[in-house]
Amino acid sequence: MPEQTLSVRFFARLREELGTEHLTMPAPAGQTVADLLATLANRGGPWRQLSTGQPVMIAINQAMAKPQSPVKPGDEVAFFPPVTGG
Amino acid sequence: MPQKSSACSQAVPSVSIQNADFDAAQEYAQLRDSGAGTGAIATFTGLVRDSGDRQGVTGLFLEHYPGMTEQVISDLIAQAGQRWDVRKARVIHRIGRLPLQSQIVFVGVCSAHRGDAFAACEFIMDALKTSAPFWKKELTDAGEHWVEQKASDVARAEGW
Repeated sequence: MPEQTLSVRFFARLREELGTEHLTMPAPAGQTVADLLATLANRGGPWRQLSTGQPVMIAINQAMAKPQSPVKPGDEVAFFPPVTGG
Repeated sequence: MPQKSSACSQAVPSVSIQNADFDAAQEYAQLRDSGAGTGAIATFTGLVRDSGDRQGVTGLFLEHYPGMTEQVISDLIAQAGQRWDVRKARVIHRIGRLPLQSQIVFVGVCSAHRGDAFAACEFIMDALKTSAPFWKKELTDAGEHWVEQKASDVARAEGW
């Protein structure tokens, strides 16, 4: 049976502000990262920041991605603030 | 294992993400053991200092994205190996709670010549800061706050 969901992860300030580390979301055909962000922003409250131009970095299956990148069932999509290591 | 020296010698990816401290002298000794073709070793060590986005920093908390972090740094070492003579490279980055003056990060590169060693070491460090998924939180007596990415760091990384 094919997976119809994808996994979403949040890190650092975003994880704290959303109070969420991990989510399982539906993965409809033809969905992009931007669509997924819009769906999440509709949850309201702190989630709105996902659609208000705050800088959010995106990774799909642990490789950097863009808002227009397609997402598919089984993907691991991660959202996080600009990185500050080193 | 004898390695043929060439203009485009292969980097040996070697990345550790750990809470534990590291011994820079031991890392240097291992880098030095990289064959008779090595003529230069450049190393960089980053430390927790007492001021960052704010004054009175007493320590840092570092979070990372396990798996992706290691992959990104391995890719940076491979990129360095394509641009410069890199005979051996080593990157260690600590995570978790780190008190003042702790070692945070180590980058070491062996090359035939100093120019390549300096450049590859600096490139890996600059690129790591803006592309490896680590996040720093500064701890102060007044509370804690996530560090903001610096435009100057982005400019340095883009300069390569």
